[in-house]
Amino acid sequence: MANVSVDVREDVMAKAVKEGAIAGIVAFLMFLVFVGIETYQDINNQLVWRTRWGLLAVFVIVAAVGRFLTVGFIKPHLDARKLAKAKTGVLEISEEKSFFHKHFLKIALVFLLCYPFLAMMVFGRQGSLKYVDNFGIQILIYVMLAWGLNIVVGLAGLLDLGYVAFYAVGAYSYALLSAHFGFSFWLLLPMAGILAAMWGVILGFPVLRLRGDYLAIVTLAFGEIIRLVLINWTDVTRGTFGVSGIAKASFFGIWSFDVGAANNFNKAWGLPSSSVYYKMFLFYVILALCMLTAYVTIRLRRMPIGRAWEALREDEIACRSLGINTVATKLTAFATGAMFGGFAGSFFAARQGFVSPESFVFLESAVILAIVVLGGMGSLTGIAIAAVVMVGGTELLRELEFLKHIFGPDFTPELYRMLLFGLAMVVVMLFKPRGFVGTREPTAFLKERKAVSGSFTKEGHG
Amino acid sequence: MATGMTTMTNDTILKVERLSMKFGGLMAINDFSFEAKRGEITALIGPNGAGKTTVFNCITGFYKPTMGMLTLKRSNGSEFLLERLRDFEINKVAGVSRTFQNIRLFSGLTVLENLLVAQHNVLMKASGFTILGLLGFPAYKTAAKEAIEKATYWLEKADLIDRADDPAGDLSYGAQRRLEIARAMCTGPELLCLDEPAAGLNPKESLTLNTLLRGIRDEGTSLLLIEHDMSVVMEISDHVVVLEYGQKISDGTPDHVKNDPKVIAAYLGVEDEEVEEIEEQLDHGTVEGGTV
Amino acid sequence: MEYFIQQLANGLTLGSIYGLVAIGYTMVYGIIGMINFAHGDIFMLGGFAALIVFLILTTFFAGIPVALALLLMLVIAMLMTGLWNWTIERIAYRPLRGSFRLAPLITAIGMSIVLSNFIQVTQGPRNKPIPPLVTDVYHIGNITISLKQILIIVITSILLFAFWYIVNKTPLGRAQRATEQDRKMAALLGVDVDRTISITFIMGAALAAVAGTMYLMYYGVAGFNDGFIPGVKAFTAAVLGGIGSLPGAVLGGLLIGLIESLWSAYFSIAYKDVATFAILAIVLIFKPTGILGRPEVEKV
Repeated sequence: MANVSVDVREDVMAKAVKEGAIAGIVAFLMFLVFVGIETYQDINNQLVWRTRWGLLAVFVIVAAVGRFLTVGFIKPHLDARKLAKAKTGVLEISEEKSFFHKHFLKIALVFLLCYPFLAMMVFGRQGSLKYVDNFGIQILIYVMLAWGLNIVVGLAGLLDLGYVAFYAVGAYSYALLSAHFGFSFWLLLPMAGILAAMWGVILGFPVLRLRGDYLAIVTLAFGEIIRLVLINWTDVTRGTFGVSGIAKASFFGIWSFDVGAANNFNKAWGLPSSSVYYKMFLFYVILALCMLTAYVTIRLRRMPIGRAWEALREDEIACRSLGINTVATKLTAFATGAMFGGFAGSFFAARQGFVSPESFVFLESAVILAIVVLGGMGSLTGIAIAAVVMVGGTELLRELEFLKHIFGPDFTPELYRMLLFGLAMVVVMLFKPRGFVGTREPTAFLKERKAVSGSFTKEGHG
Repeated sequence: MATGMTTMTNDTILKVERLSMKFGGLMAINDFSFEAKRGEITALIGPNGAGKTTVFNCITGFYKPTMGMLTLKRSNGSEFLLERLRDFEINKVAGVSRTFQNIRLFSGLTVLENLLVAQHNVLMKASGFTILGLLGFPAYKTAAKEAIEKATYWLEKADLIDRADDPAGDLSYGAQRRLEIARAMCTGPELLCLDEPAAGLNPKESLTLNTLLRGIRDEGTSLLLIEHDMSVVMEISDHVVVLEYGQKISDGTPDHVKNDPKVIAAYLGVEDEEVEEIEEQLDHGTVEGGTV
Repeated sequence: MEYFIQQLANGLTLGSIYGLVAIGYTMVYGIIGMINFAHGDIFMLGGFAALIVFLILTTFFAGIPVALALLLMLVIAMLMTGLWNWTIERIAYRPLRGSFRLAPLITAIGMSIVLSNFIQVTQGPRNKPIPPLVTDVYHIGNITISLKQILIIVITSILLFAFWYIVNKTPLGRAQRATEQDRKMAALLGVDVDRTISITFIMGAALAAVAGTMYLMYYGVAGFNDGFIPGVKAFTAAVLGGIGSLPGAVLGGLLIGLIESLWSAYFSIAYKDVATFAILAIVLIFKPTGILGRPEVEKV
């Protein structure tokens, strides 16, 4: 027996070496032109080139060694584990969830509520600004957007690649209406949502007969049209210059955050004048908005309309045969999702103080969709985790100053943000095509609530 | 048995008049007429490709007929022209529901949820189109409880009560078929259209199906079914209509149809002259077993 | 009138480029039902490869004849994109084939992001200009037609004919069409489905490389973001012509190119892209199968 396993081992090793070599050669050919050669402009602004054999060597070696290790060690290890599991014949369904698992949501909520104060304690007043704003608020905006898109894509199965359009409607309506009419944030927030929902119905109506892929493309087209109109309709939107000087949100109309205002928040409470307090306030606002989105989603899932959305995703024809008006159902999904996008948009404008068409490119729609799919369609928790990982992760890259020491002072991790984001998208899809959370929680049960495995849920064909 | 073309008797629930369906150059159904009586099980049979599912799709709103009138008369007397209704209205307003040849369940939803989706319209009204329900008004809570009770009733009738919380996609084939029927019944239809409900069922399952269908009929719902399995058709049908190449070739009781030479010829592929021969012999009473 | 003919020529040239890219989209969609979001970036990659080859050639062989340089640029760009697309298909798309339909879409979007950022990171974010390659122009009355326009149209026509021949007259083409119609059955009948799909990806990439090289030659500049808008326009062309139809892709490309240049000439340059997207939306809403596409009937 030992001889056999040694032979097998040798075979695997031989294969690994061969595959590693092939990988190295392929990598060499692929990267020869793009990595091995660098084009740049010299002082005369002429395009010239130089070689980067070192970098090319790194790529080739990484590819070759990586493939070698995968074929030689990692894959056999994973296969052996699968075999061992199959042999014991025990299904790994442990009924007992750990304390952390059971109370995850409560723990997370408590953590979020305390987050700004924790950040202030750890990093000091000014230091916490970055953590509250760039991390906290930024991530929560994406969570809300993803939860909003989740209603359209995750629940109703309508593939929307132009969700950023509603985000833009919300942002610009707050920006322009507050500038022209002086309405307060709290009045415009619901208005932005309603306007976005209206747009959802207008855009949705002509396209909802379309099948999955086509619906995706047409929504992409609409998203781009809106962005291009924003760029070119300079009379109203000031084009690429954007709208600046957008009014800040007030503390429910009681205290203002404008520096110098008579009822300034900081002054009223005897706090030092620092923008941190405004950001902390905003943090709680977006947190509340997220909670609202989650609450509405959870409640709606238990209502007939929510069930109709999920049924629509599973089989539209069956829905029609059960007397469900599929057009109206799709429109409500679209409009509801759009509404939350509008809320997020107006919040975004209030926080930035400035909006421009640059913030509403297709890439944003793609990122939000990626978060929904990576998180597991329909799962609020999974999506939130995906947002934290993807958005937080890329924000984290900005912080990694120490990498400058390794790669030299010219190294800006910034540039790699999107590259790593794209790679993460590809990698996660390879390993978990149904997202982090692969199961669906049923909304009604007779005896016990059993999670539905992701292999049964359909992804919708529009 | 009145087969008048102009007035509908009180018995008739569905009247198909001169239905024709053309696909490009192909005439799938040609001048097809029949009546289904209330409280009866009517079967639509015929060799493969005869156009049975096409007829179904016309009745249930998936195809728009090229020509013809499909009149549905509800028990309260109101009549609807099915070819004029929107696809979902055929169920919502006219009370017609159906099952599909290739099972169309909501496989990612649980068995119970499948049945709750079927009661969508009732629940929507009770929830004040979601708004009242969202605000927690009691009307919805009561309606929701009633909906679960109705679902439970049909789960027991279809022998699915033990699998209520399992994903529909997890069920065996026979169970999935029963679920589709239960789901269609939860919409409270007056006419249930079944497209090959016995397909793929073993003899024991077919017997269970027969009991279920008879039970549905006895409670007042009319049934229209397409079926190949003669043990089901002959056992439970009150009325059989035979289709071949898009045209009606026989219409009557199961016994009548069973012995109709045209039907035999259609299924067995007898030469046309032979059919005429047999008909002649029948007329002269020289062939056994033929009763008109 | 002459202005019109001038715009016509411009439109046909642009349309040829879009058509070449559109073929790649339509072939991949036809054979595995996937919208390859990264295809536009393969087009950009091809352009960059051509750019780099050009730089190297002009450094080492300063006096090289333009025709030879172009030929080498084309060949190497095609090899490069072919290799990249083959690798991408094997690593990222093949494992997801046939399962969840949304996953390959997300992967393709991710791949698109990776490709454009890869070039941005390795070659820098600034646009790269090159000196004009082909400068001859011909005058017919008041109309100016440049040699490069003629070249683009001629090369596109030749490639089109070659591809039409391959798809309709060779065993490979037959295998492709069979796989398109019914993958499982084709496999059961002995078609090497994996290989057929790989070859489809390679062919699409090669055409995109030609388009990328032509684009570089026409506009004289390459940027890492060049994949997005031309990519969407080419996809619009594929849809307009009828997704899954090769002649449809080319027809669509020509139409889009004509619409774009005529719109910019007679209305406004600013909104020309809006016009393209609006057309895409209108076609999808009213005739999703496009001009030459086959209508799909879903069996109930």
